[in-house]
Amino acid sequence: MSFFTIKDVLETTKMITKNKLDVRTITMGISLRDCGHSDINVTADKIYDKITKKAANLVKVGEELEAELGVPIINKRISVTPISMVGESCDASSYVPLAKALDRAAAEVGVNFIGGFSALVDKGYTKGDRNLIASIPEALATTNVVCSSVSVGSTKSGINMDAVAEMGRIIKQTADLTAANDAIGCAKLVVFCNAVPDNPFMAGAFHGVTEPETVINVGVSGPGVVKKALENVRGQDMGAVAETIKKTAFKITRVGQLVAQEAAKRLDTQFGIIDLSLAPTPAVGDSVAHILEEIGLESCGCPGTTATLAMLNDAVKKGGLMASSYVGGLSGAFIPVSEDAGMIAAVECGSLSLDKLEAMTCVCSVGLDMIAIPGDTSAATISAIIADEAAIGMINNKTTAVRLIPVPGKGIGETVEFGGLLGYAPIIAVSKFKADEFIARGGRIPAPVRSLTN
Amino acid sequence: MRIVLTIVGKDKVGIIAKVSNALANAGVNILNINQNIMEGFFNMVLIADMSESKVDLLALKKIFNEMSEEIGVEIRVQSEEIFATMHRV
Repeated sequence: MSFFTIKDVLETTKMITKNKLDVRTITMGISLRDCGHSDINVTADKIYDKITKKAANLVKVGEELEAELGVPIINKRISVTPISMVGESCDASSYVPLAKALDRAAAEVGVNFIGGFSALVDKGYTKGDRNLIASIPEALATTNVVCSSVSVGSTKSGINMDAVAEMGRIIKQTADLTAANDAIGCAKLVVFCNAVPDNPFMAGAFHGVTEPETVINVGVSGPGVVKKALENVRGQDMGAVAETIKKTAFKITRVGQLVAQEAAKRLDTQFGIIDLSLAPTPAVGDSVAHILEEIGLESCGCPGTTATLAMLNDAVKKGGLMASSYVGGLSGAFIPVSEDAGMIAAVECGSLSLDKLEAMTCVCSVGLDMIAIPGDTSAATISAIIADEAAIGMINNKTTAVRLIPVPGKGIGETVEFGGLLGYAPIIAVSKFKADEFIARGGRIPAPVRSLTN
Repeated sequence: MRIVLTIVGKDKVGIIAKVSNALANAGVNILNINQNIMEGFFNMVLIADMSESKVDLLALKKIFNEMSEEIGVEIRVQSEEIFATMHRV
């Protein structure tokens, strides 16, 4: 006898065919700790060889599982040890050749993004960190699928304000170097506070130093499924809404768990975590903003948005927790502007501002994500926005990230098109008041009192 | 391995005959069929056992993709695992 009924079969089928249920990504983490060498060309070769060997079957296994289970697996990706550590032993001061090796390896195995051109400088820099960060603009401008991230703070370490100031400049340089493509380089660059070592989502994925040799992490999705389920409880109280989200999140996560276990087994590696995130896409019917509006908001960003998002984020975790044996990564609702049809519409109609987005990041995963801002925004202002986000993460003991795109030559009201999963975005207003002197101070914001938990 | 076929589309003569014939030719044993007509639309969920099958799941999917085009109904073939996992604690 089967464990499911005909009704269950039809429900699952409808989730996949009508409501865009999918597994967003299978991400293979690969340690590159053994690839260091004084000659950067040797390091690059070792990186290429290791990735193409370990991930040789990643895409094939992903496609097999997709066919067998009948659930789309949208992305197959790779995360690697932060390249600042891998490159540290090299005599060279530019790590661009290492980014190119990552790009070649990704193309060879057929993944659509590779993350880990990263540095972790929460408390300060090593030589490798400095070299890596200085290499970011050129690396992102001369590669196709390499993603970069820099962690500038944490609850335990405080915030490295020198790095915050530098990242404002790096984001501007990256925008300039990729100006011909509407600053697409900035869409592949994330600045973190409390970065996690097992995040499967791009652009912020890297393979943390505490991770095993290789690992499979899976990110689920399903905003459309949650929205559809909520249509059945219209007019009922918030308890019913939270309960519906929990049950739906459970089902979504079970699919992710199945895919992760099978993928790990077939790739002869370890299953790491499921990331319980509601990850939207620009496609119609795959929006987190539309879930919030289904709960009763006229347009995302209006008063009440933070409260509904807090409830959504919490209910997704509660539902997903029991469905998976290992939960990790970022785990929460994502609110990227350009990758969510509802968010884009909310910015266009004027209900969603940068300030409201900042408030929303206090109660969900990640932060100011995929937001296009005027090209004339100064590096210091971008740094100050990063500092605000990092402070929210540090004080609330959560991950926050900033992925801003200052689009050269474009201003408020204009639109920028990134294409594919990265979507498009109307350019949003940034405060015209300056924090230049604050950013110029540099140094470190000390770790908060809540870091002293021992 | 057990599989689930879901078939949805405009009702017409011979859908079940074609599907069951293809399964028999492939050596796939039908365990359970649940079928009805809702508002002129044919809905069927079929559970089958592939342990004696002459073809693998991907080949079977291909057979039914072609049939799907030919008779104009949607036929999905999936491992039973996804349904069992999603609806079982």
